[in-house]
Amino acid sequence: MRPVRHAPFTPICDHRERPIAAFDRLDGMQRARNLIVCEHCDSVYRRRSLARGEVADCVVCGAVLERHQWLGVDAQFALIFAALIVFVIANVSPIVTLGLSGMKAATTLWGAVIAMWNDGAQIVAFLSAMTLFFFPLGQILIFGWVLWFARKGIRAPGFPLAMSALVRVKPWSMIEVFMLGTLVAVVKAHTYFDVVPGAGIWAFGFLTLLITVFSSLDPRELWDLTVETKA
Amino acid sequence: MSTPPRAIDLGMMACHVCRQVTAYTEDRHAHCPRCGNTLHARKHASVSRAWALLVAAAIFYIPANVFPIMRTQSISSKDDNTILSGIMELWRAGSPGLAVIVFTASIIVPVLKFLIMGFLLVTVQRSSGMVARQRARLYRFVELVGYWSMLDVFVVAILSALVHFKILSRVEPLPGVVYFGIVVVLTMLSAMSFDPRLIWDNRKSQ
Repeated sequence: MRPVRHAPFTPICDHRERPIAAFDRLDGMQRARNLIVCEHCDSVYRRRSLARGEVADCVVCGAVLERHQWLGVDAQFALIFAALIVFVIANVSPIVTLGLSGMKAATTLWGAVIAMWNDGAQIVAFLSAMTLFFFPLGQILIFGWVLWFARKGIRAPGFPLAMSALVRVKPWSMIEVFMLGTLVAVVKAHTYFDVVPGAGIWAFGFLTLLITVFSSLDPRELWDLTVETKA
Repeated sequence: MSTPPRAIDLGMMACHVCRQVTAYTEDRHAHCPRCGNTLHARKHASVSRAWALLVAAAIFYIPANVFPIMRTQSISSKDDNTILSGIMELWRAGSPGLAVIVFTASIIVPVLKFLIMGFLLVTVQRSSGMVARQRARLYRFVELVGYWSMLDVFVVAILSALVHFKILSRVEPLPGVVYFGIVVVLTMLSAMSFDPRLIWDNRKSQ
């Protein structure tokens, strides 16, 4: 990906970009929409549309300002729907099955949560349930909800709340860490037991892939792609 | 290339949740006109909150490493492992490659987080203008890798659920893993409380 730099913001209207009369007709909020502020260092830029694969970096601190949104709303909705199906599979099917002299033991994600709860590590059980089940599921459902309406160009009921929730929940979703943890656990168990990977481990692997795709997308773009419907 | 202006100098600020640009206000109860979240130019009480959470995390880090995190039981033996001894066992018996990954996630990342967050907080308090760009990069690094430390916690959770062969073989979580989970959450909260914009505010020298 080729890094691209935004043109520095100038507080005066640039006549070459649009007629000043048209600019004046915009209210403050729309005018502000043309600006973007770096979240890491507070530098202000005038936004410009990015070409495929472009990433706008802040010239001051080097943080990513904005990425080109390479997937349309329809494609994002399709992906989130796929993620929901894979998430269900990941949660109902066993992750791995262990064999020890004829006996078998399998576990799902919830099996792990319940085992931690019963063995006196309730805090860990709670953390696992939140970061591996409730937050990722919430992300999928909320994102799906706003995308469903965004396909028609409108904002879903509860749009501001949903968008805020997406931003706040994001750092607490840890599926990809769990995926790596499963691999480590399999290798550790392999020394003493027969290990048979279940459908769950493939589903978690596929989810990790989907998460990587979604990490290059910013749901906040939906603010610009949708309009408020007057209820 | 000239340096772009900063929002605070232009009398503007951006919503920390939805990025909407608005006029600067001192009002603590002002709300974003677009998403409705509270507006603030800088995160509230950023430095003291980040310090408090970081110190709390450092305190919990001691029991997290001293207490064993996992018990492996079979008919003939009972084996308690701490984070470090678990890594050494993985190195010997399983796969050295994975041992390196677990060592990175469980030891190197938390220690780096303590050092980097401490360094960022001290330099911000001294209004240092030194290596601002590098410090900004360090902060982004901490944000990016922070949650990978949960790795060992999830390993213990999966093994405890899996290895349940009555008296033949059994894996149980031990208190160390709880402390370690708390350490990861506290360091993440500390990093989130820190406002990287402070690196660029009130610098004594350029």
